[in-house]
Amino acid sequence: MMKKKKDTFINMVISLFAITIIAGFSLGFVNELTVGPIEKGKIERKVNALKQVLPEFDNNPVEEVQLVSSEFAKDSVEVYPAFNNSEFVGAAIIGSTEKGFSGLIKIMVGFTPDGSIKNIAVLEQKETPGLGTKMKDEKFLAQYREKNPSTFNLKVTKDGGEVDALTGATITSRAFGEAVQMAYDEFIKNNSSIKELKN
Amino acid sequence: MAETINQKQNFLKGIVKENPVFVMLLGMCPTLGVTSSAFNGLGMGVATMFVLLMSNIVVSLIKTQIPSKVRIPAYIIIIASFVTIVEMVLEAFIPFLYEQLGIFIPLIVVNCLILGRAEGFASKNNIWSSIVDGLGMGLGFIIALTALGAAREILGSGSIFEFKFVAEDANTFILFILPPGAFIALAYITVLFNKISTKTT
Repeated sequence: MMKKKKDTFINMVISLFAITIIAGFSLGFVNELTVGPIEKGKIERKVNALKQVLPEFDNNPVEEVQLVSSEFAKDSVEVYPAFNNSEFVGAAIIGSTEKGFSGLIKIMVGFTPDGSIKNIAVLEQKETPGLGTKMKDEKFLAQYREKNPSTFNLKVTKDGGEVDALTGATITSRAFGEAVQMAYDEFIKNNSSIKELKN
Repeated sequence: MAETINQKQNFLKGIVKENPVFVMLLGMCPTLGVTSSAFNGLGMGVATMFVLLMSNIVVSLIKTQIPSKVRIPAYIIIIASFVTIVEMVLEAFIPFLYEQLGIFIPLIVVNCLILGRAEGFASKNNIWSSIVDGLGMGLGFIIALTALGAAREILGSGSIFEFKFVAEDANTFILFILPPGAFIALAYITVLFNKISTKTT
């Protein structure tokens, strides 16, 4: 067996230095390889969500994203306008809330020009598996479709609204409704300015 | 090392006699945290096994070059590098699993199983033994996490590997999906495992 390096100061410095340098370079190399696919995957997921929640469109909402400042969110709110043959067909808005059972819930809500909800996609959530995660289920999301929040109360039935909460996940359902409400408020606030983007 | 290690025993010890989860009770944090489904357990197990194997190899290769006073920081840098590689690769190519495992991927760095094997085995043995040790321990960890995940998924969601065998809105033991269920399931499986393994050996 080879003899172990002695515990001299210079030996320690050299060995740690060498290890960190090699580690740093190999991480840089792997990062170089993966940074592309990671970016691509993120955009792809966004485009898929947009296709899910918006009516048919022929522009590129990802490139035309509008960042509007909002009193409801920490950062600015992302608004994705959709056009078909230069006609405004709707917008997707990222709604978020910190009031989920385990914090942040991020959803994408698609609106038609009159403010009705076209569809909703869940982007990020950390809810309880088997309970809160059921907000992704068709049964829950279907309640929101084709509804206009100006006439449809987004709160859960327990709070006097019209949405049936998920069994065992009232907090999640409340937060979800809040995020939808936030997206709707932003849509109404920015509706006219989005329409003027292309004409 | 004068004595030669029986490689078959070296490999098997990680699975049965020194199973990291059921016998040594190492790496409890990811064990309890991510095993809400069999697939998550399997994914976490494979990610951990990769890191364990690579760190065992590297530590075993450079063990003579590291002064013993700084060996722990050196091992941690090696482990952290491989964990970061796993994290980046997962995010790039298996984003679904990356989202599911979340914070538990970076936490592989502090999984005492990996540092334990680096310090307790790889730093004292040759590369071949370390590879076998890493494979055995890793496999033991995978089996344990998958078994625990499967048990919790069957009881909690009425499914196995996402394949549902009860009606969509049937009532299941949701408790087993929640954190307390992890402790309960782990305890019972550990009892069962030790009962069987002490009987056969």
